Amino acid sequence: MSILSVKDLAIQIGAARPVDGVSLDIAAGECYALLGESGCGKSMTALGIMRLLPAAAQVAGGTVEFEGGDLLALPESGMRDIRGGGIGMIFQEPATSLNPVLTVGRQISEALDLHTTLRGAAARARAAELLDQVGIPDPLRRLDEYPFQLSGGLRQRVMIAIALAGEPRLLIADEPTTALDVTIQAQVLDLLDDLRRKRGMALFLITHDLGVVARMADRVGVMYAGQLVEEAPREAFFDQPAHPYSVRLFAALPDAERRGGRLATIPGSVPAADVRHPGCRFVERCSEVMAECRSAPPPWRDVESGQRVRCFLPGAAPAVAAGVGAGDTAIAFGSTPLLEVKDLQVHFPIRRGILQRAVGAVRAVDGMSLRLMPGRTLALVGESGCGKTTAGKAMLQLLRPTAGSVQLDGVELTTRSPGQLRPLRAKMQMVFQDPFASLNPRLRIGEIIAEGMQALGTGAGANRAAEVGTLLEQVGLRADMVTRYPHEFSGGQRQRIAIARALAVNPQLLICDEPTSALDVSVQAQILNLLSDLQRDLKLAYLFITHNIAVVDYLAHDVAVMYLGRVVERGMAEEVLGRPRHPYTKALLAAVPRVDGMRSEVPKLAGDMPSPANPPSGCHFHPRCPLADESCRRAYPAEMLFGATHAVRCIKAV
Amino acid sequence: MTAFAIQSVLLWSDALLFVLIGVIVGLSLWASRQDALRAAWARVAKDGVAMAAATVLAVFVLIGLLDSLHYRARLEPQPGAPARYAVEVNSALDALLSDLRQRAEKTYSAPLATHLYAKEALADSTQREFPRLKFGGAHLGDNLDNHEFDVALRASRGLAGGLVVWLLLVALVRRVNGLDLKAVMEVGAGGTATGAIFITLLPIFLLLGLAISLGGGYHVFGTDKVGQDVLYLSLKSIRTGLLIGTLTTLVMLPVAVLLGILAGYVGGWVDDLIQYLYTTLSSIPGVLLIAAAVLMMQVVIDTHPDWFATSAERADARLLALCLILGMTSWTGVARLLRGETLKLRELEFVQAAQAFGVGRFAIMRRHILPNLMHIVLISLVMDFSGLVLAEAVLSYVGVGVDPSTISFGTMINTARMELAREPMVWWSLVAAFGFMFALVLAANLFADAVRDAFDPRSSA
Repeated sequence: MSILSVKDLAIQIGAARPVDGVSLDIAAGECYALLGESGCGKSMTALGIMRLLPAAAQVAGGTVEFEGGDLLALPESGMRDIRGGGIGMIFQEPATSLNPVLTVGRQISEALDLHTTLRGAAARARAAELLDQVGIPDPLRRLDEYPFQLSGGLRQRVMIAIALAGEPRLLIADEPTTALDVTIQAQVLDLLDDLRRKRGMALFLITHDLGVVARMADRVGVMYAGQLVEEAPREAFFDQPAHPYSVRLFAALPDAERRGGRLATIPGSVPAADVRHPGCRFVERCSEVMAECRSAPPPWRDVESGQRVRCFLPGAAPAVAAGVGAGDTAIAFGSTPLLEVKDLQVHFPIRRGILQRAVGAVRAVDGMSLRLMPGRTLALVGESGCGKTTAGKAMLQLLRPTAGSVQLDGVELTTRSPGQLRPLRAKMQMVFQDPFASLNPRLRIGEIIAEGMQALGTGAGANRAAEVGTLLEQVGLRADMVTRYPHEFSGGQRQRIAIARALAVNPQLLICDEPTSALDVSVQAQILNLLSDLQRDLKLAYLFITHNIAVVDYLAHDVAVMYLGRVVERGMAEEVLGRPRHPYTKALLAAVPRVDGMRSEVPKLAGDMPSPANPPSGCHFHPRCPLADESCRRAYPAEMLFGATHAVRCIKAV
Repeated sequence: MTAFAIQSVLLWSDALLFVLIGVIVGLSLWASRQDALRAAWARVAKDGVAMAAATVLAVFVLIGLLDSLHYRARLEPQPGAPARYAVEVNSALDALLSDLRQRAEKTYSAPLATHLYAKEALADSTQREFPRLKFGGAHLGDNLDNHEFDVALRASRGLAGGLVVWLLLVALVRRVNGLDLKAVMEVGAGGTATGAIFITLLPIFLLLGLAISLGGGYHVFGTDKVGQDVLYLSLKSIRTGLLIGTLTTLVMLPVAVLLGILAGYVGGWVDDLIQYLYTTLSSIPGVLLIAAAVLMMQVVIDTHPDWFATSAERADARLLALCLILGMTSWTGVARLLRGETLKLRELEFVQAAQAFGVGRFAIMRRHILPNLMHIVLISLVMDFSGLVLAEAVLSYVGVGVDPSTISFGTMINTARMELAREPMVWWSLVAAFGFMFALVLAANLFADAVRDAFDPRSSA
């Protein structure tokens, strides 16, 4: 018996149809995962079910039945009882979905007021109980706190508590963990799973992350360009995805087995929502195109029990020849390190009072050392707030370090004036995280790429224009795109432009700050392929700042794990990722949801990262560490070497 | 030189106005080559309300420009002597309106009246009577019964004339563009809301016809205390209002942009200094500050009579100084806005990418910060215009505005203060000033609204 039944739901915005005929059923107590890349219409589907569509959008057809009643026919007052009472919803960004000027208790009791008869002390007790259920320690104190006093993970738990206040039978979670770190994500996913089982509540999970799907879902729906293209039980889907699109999504995932090989990419891009499709929506990007694919929309076809697919291909789509790992690709070019960082510190003073005296410091980077050989990739891994981006900027001298030394090719950078640094800037460049913020919207592509050459005086006149064209071709764009503006390009293309801009001055070192975290899986694969091609051709060294362990697994030669401003474990990739010795590294790796659905036995981390303004005494990790004892609280552990390259800062490491 | 009967005079404010127009033309040529800007302006052009407002503004600007072409007329040549020119500086508008200008009565008269508004002892009568006007209704002679009929006749003739001219214009556009009437009335060439323009032009032409036809024989808006035609005064005020609105912005903008960006981008003690400066400036009551500056400036002007060849030049200097003072005291708001936006932009990754290339500070501000602030600059520029026109009126009313000999809405309102207290009340100069100023400010505000909507990135999607 399905609790939610959506039939042929279509949503229209002007001429565009971001959702075009979606049908799905969710049974009571089931977790249904809707999987798709950005822009495929999965969030719009959820908003359509809740009747919370933006003003410009309207339901153009179909029915939504919740517990037998037609939601689309309900008056707005009836719908208000359903929202929160029947169907709860949590959103992606915990920072913006709570009202910053109301206490947590007020926001929970608002939901209780609407959907229960509890008032006053009873409501407060119930709110505390809810906070307790979502795993917030000391709930009575938290009730009187404001959202800004809570960390991201706690805020998302509060959001879940509010959604649970009305005892919903269905919870819609729209990318509930995308904005969270992996260790926090693991906590929140566990919590959702737990609540679902205890309450028999159905969960409609919207995500782009195959790992999350593998961890959570009973059934999976794959969405592409406004339509479901495949629906299957989790096991069947992960055993053998049937739609060519699903197959390619798997092949585009980076992991250790594909090291040195190329990731499969999906050519082209998602069609715009206002395009009318006479045939299959995936036809332009599919390698198995047949004549009928173009003329008629493919019908649903059952593959095996419960798995159905919208494709003409008989049987499941053939696997894509994803590059099989060629193993380690690094070639050592010389034995002197290209970049050597010793005891780097970046402290931001905290100022108080009228005279703005420094009363303390945020120790964003607090004594970190690392070394990068030419032509190799060093991955700097850590959760948000651990100081990895700050460290990257301090190495480039975009932020002046408080102490320590940064040597590029044997030249000390920290003591040089901006003028003296300028000639050295050609040797190291940066690729930023957000391809939408890293290109000036008012400049043409040609001007953007030529900026570095102009500032550093490399290339000249007519030569420069030719060089810009060559660079664009090198990163897989066309030379005639120089006169266009950034807004004409997609996210992946923009990231290519950003890479071309960095390459324009012939650097030896590229600091890549989460270059693929804002991109979809299929686009991420293209960028990763490009980066490894460039490394091979230009002998570049990468300092790859990321929190995505799969990407590290795929392309890093060396790994440094950061926690609260310091490197806690470093070594070759296979050493650190294969045989992690620091308890933090172990927990971090265990928290990553795996596509094969395997759970590791390492205990999950509790709590959040402490504030870098006030780090714990002794080993920074001891408050969260399962192995910690009295000796850990006393002093920060010295580096212990395991083999020639593997170093760990933990006295318990074995 | 002597071949002309006039000597052209370029007042400082004229020069600046023409420079400003040159800059605007240059900027719009540049903007037409920028895709993003062109798209935004195309959205403005599609907006019917914006185009109607722009049409009204264009009429005002045209009047203001005509009033900025100054000259001195040559006096009757004396044989053998070099050509001499009149002391009085007139403008092209004065020449067009010479009838209105020269037909001064003795004192107040109501709109379209034939008699003065005050009784006087007449030479041939023992009683105090309303004397006949010298010019208003003079063509009627003694036949005053015809007065109402004549006004109605002239009014309908004027309206008909306006309508005919408008129809001719529409027909001309139809002929040139080869469009049918419906197409012209909806959206014309390049997606511009031509329909709105024509519909706005219709009342403008009708009013123009009315004014010309009635103004030939009467004082349409009556006369003021010294018998000057109020319509003429209102038309002359337009230039003053426009000048104050635009030149002040011109003075203010570079200061605001430079200080705002410096404070936001450089930070540190530069930011502190600039913040202290504008906090201090904006904590002094505006009128007080302006009054102090105006009075000082007036002392300077009064002690150096030799600087100015004519009284028009002196009044012009005072007008310019007022623009300068208004500009120096009103940059704080825009600077604060730009500082905030710069603080946001400074942290964006494209700025950091430029820093990673070692691009200099000023190059970053010019290439990366300034272009991304231009929409704010443009919006505040258009929004400030109407505020400044109103500010002039307030300042002149308080007595620290333009030179008393300069005709402006402010001076008109200032004199209206006494007229309203008079019994019977003289209402027409206030109404005329109010009407013109209202039309100007309303048009500017509506236009500014449309510009803001078109440049707002959130609404462009």
